[in-house]
Amino acid sequence: MQGFLDIFDIYLLEAVVNGILLGGVLALLALGLNLIFGVIDVTWICYAELVMIGMYGMYYLVQVFHFPYWAAAPLTIMLVAALGAALHYIVIAPLLTAPPINQLLATGGVLFILQSFATVAFGIDFRNLGIRLPVLAFGEMHFSYARLLSFGAALVGMIAVYLFMKRTFTGTAIRAVAQDRQIMALMGVDTKRIYLITSAIGGGLAGLASCLLVLQYDVHPFVGLSFGPITFLICVLGGLGNFFGGFIAAFVFAEIISLGGLFSDLEWGYVLAFAFFIVMMFIRPAGLFARRS
Amino acid sequence: MTLRNAAWALGLAALIALPLVHRDPYHLHILVLILIWSFAYTSWSVMGRFGLVSLGHGGFMGVGAYVTALLWNHLGVTPWIGIPVGMAAAGVLALIVAYPCFRFRITGHYFVLVTLALSGIVLQVITATRDYTGGSLGLTPNRTRGSQLLALQFDDKITWYFIALLVWVVGLLIWRWIDRSMSRYAMEAISEDEDAAAAAGVNVTAEKLKITLISALMTALAGALYCQYQMFITPDTVSGISVSLQMVFAVIVGGLYVSLGPTIGAVITIMLAEILRIGFGTKAVGWDNLVYGVLLVVFIIFLPKGILGSVLDRWKTQPEKPKV
Repeated sequence: MQGFLDIFDIYLLEAVVNGILLGGVLALLALGLNLIFGVIDVTWICYAELVMIGMYGMYYLVQVFHFPYWAAAPLTIMLVAALGAALHYIVIAPLLTAPPINQLLATGGVLFILQSFATVAFGIDFRNLGIRLPVLAFGEMHFSYARLLSFGAALVGMIAVYLFMKRTFTGTAIRAVAQDRQIMALMGVDTKRIYLITSAIGGGLAGLASCLLVLQYDVHPFVGLSFGPITFLICVLGGLGNFFGGFIAAFVFAEIISLGGLFSDLEWGYVLAFAFFIVMMFIRPAGLFARRS
Repeated sequence: MTLRNAAWALGLAALIALPLVHRDPYHLHILVLILIWSFAYTSWSVMGRFGLVSLGHGGFMGVGAYVTALLWNHLGVTPWIGIPVGMAAAGVLALIVAYPCFRFRITGHYFVLVTLALSGIVLQVITATRDYTGGSLGLTPNRTRGSQLLALQFDDKITWYFIALLVWVVGLLIWRWIDRSMSRYAMEAISEDEDAAAAAGVNVTAEKLKITLISALMTALAGALYCQYQMFITPDTVSGISVSLQMVFAVIVGGLYVSLGPTIGAVITIMLAEILRIGFGTKAVGWDNLVYGVLLVVFIIFLPKGILGSVLDRWKTQPEKPKV
C-alpha cells in the first residue's frame, strides 16, 4: 500500500508540473486573444488556426528548406504576425462599425478559409518536425525538454509583451486605446495604426505559440480545434480583455486537463475543464477577477 | 395576402407532386439532404435572428444523432423512442449551458465563445467514448433487413423525401408561429436592450430559455434524421465547431430574418458542394469549405441580410411610380 502511494504521489507531482508547463503556452495564446479583444473589441475565432498555419510554416522551413530551428522560429513569428495584420486589414477593418457579432462571424469564415486552405495546400497527413528533444529525468519524474523549453519561451514572450506595453510609446498608446477608443482618436492617436500594430502583435504571439507547440504535437489542418476551444474558455473565465485573469485561468485549466488526463483519457480532462467552467459561470459569471458592479 | 398564401400552397403542392413525376434517385438524395439541412438551419435561425448567436448547435445536433444511434445499436431501442430521448438530452444540455448564461447576462462575445466551447466539448466526448461511439471512425446504425417502420429505416428515397418534407414544413411553421407570437416582440426588445425589456415587464431569462430550448430540440431532431437517413455519422459531420459554423454560414448567406432564408442557404451550400464534387472529384476535398469561408466573409461585409433578405428588401422598398 505504501509503495503504491509513493508511486501515485510521484505521478501526481509529475502531472502537476506538466500542467504548469502546459499552462505557459495556453497563457501565451490567451494573452494574444485578450490583447486583440481588449484593444480592438473583436474576438478572433480563427486564432487557433493562425497557430496551425504557423506550425505548417515551421514544418516547411525546418523539414523542407532545412532551416535550423532557431532561424525558422523568428521567420514563422514574422509570418504569422503579417497574417494577423492582414486579417485585420482585410476582414476586420471594413467591419469596425458593424455589429460585434458580424465581426466575430467573419473571423469564423476565416477559420473555414484557413482550415480548408491547409487541407488543399498541405493535405491531411500528420506532419512533425522530426526533432526529438531529450526527456529530462528529475528524480523519478520525467519531463519532456520540449515542454520546459516551451514554458520558458512562453514566459519570455509574455514578459516581452508586458515590457513593450509598459515601456514604449506605442505600447502606452495601445493601452490607452484599450481604455477608451473614441477619446484617443481625438487625442491625436492614429487608432487605425494602433489596431494594425496590435493585430500584428497578436499574430506574433500566435506565431510564437506555434513554434513551441510544433515541438510537442504533430501538425494537421484541424489541429487548431484541439486547443482553440480551451483558449476561448480560458479567456472567458479570466474575463475577456483581462490579461491577468487570462494568465491565471490558463494555469487553472492546464492543471485540470493535466490532472484529469492522469486519471483518465486526455479528452476527459477537457470535459472536466468544461464542467468546471460551467460551475464557475454560476459563481463568477463575468470572469474570475471581475469587479462586482 | 391571399396571393402569398396561394404561392405557398402552390409551392408545397409542387414539392409534394415532385417525386411522383421525377424519380431520379440522385436528385432525390440531394433534395432530401437539402430539406434536412434546411430544417437544421431553420432551427438555428429561430434563435439566431434575435441576436442569440450560438455556435453550440453542432453540439445539439451531435447529441441528437448519437443518442438515437447509440440507443438503437446498444440497447435496441427504436428510434421512435430514441429520437425523443436524444432531443430531450440536447434540451437538457442546452438548459444547463444557457441558464447560467442568461441568468448572469452573458451576451455577445461571451455567449458565442461559451457555446463554441460547448460544441467543441461534445466533439471531444464523442471521440473520447470511442468504445461505444466508434470515435472519429464514425458509427453506423445496425441495419435491418429491408425497410422497417419500427427501425425508421427505409430503402427508397421517396419515403425519405416525404419525411424530410414534412419535417421541413413543420420547421417553417414553428418559425412562423414564433414570428407571430408575443415571444417575438419580447425577444426583439431583449436583443435591443435587456434592461429596458426587463423594466417593461419581459421575463428576459425565461424568454431566452424558451427560444433556446425550441431551437436545440429542433436541431437535435435534424441530427437524428440525418443519422437515420445517411446511416453513417462521424463526430465531424454532425458535431463540432465546423458544423456550427456551417449553420451560421448557410443562414447568413440565405438571409437571417426571412423564413425561407435558411432554406435558400441550404440550397446554395449543398449545390455548391455537389457541383465542386462533380466538377473536381476527390481533388475538391477542402475546396468547398474554402469557397464557403470566402463567401461568408464577403457576405458579412457586403450583404449582411443575405441573398433572400436583400432581394425581398429591394422588392418591398421599390419606389412607387410617381402619379402623374
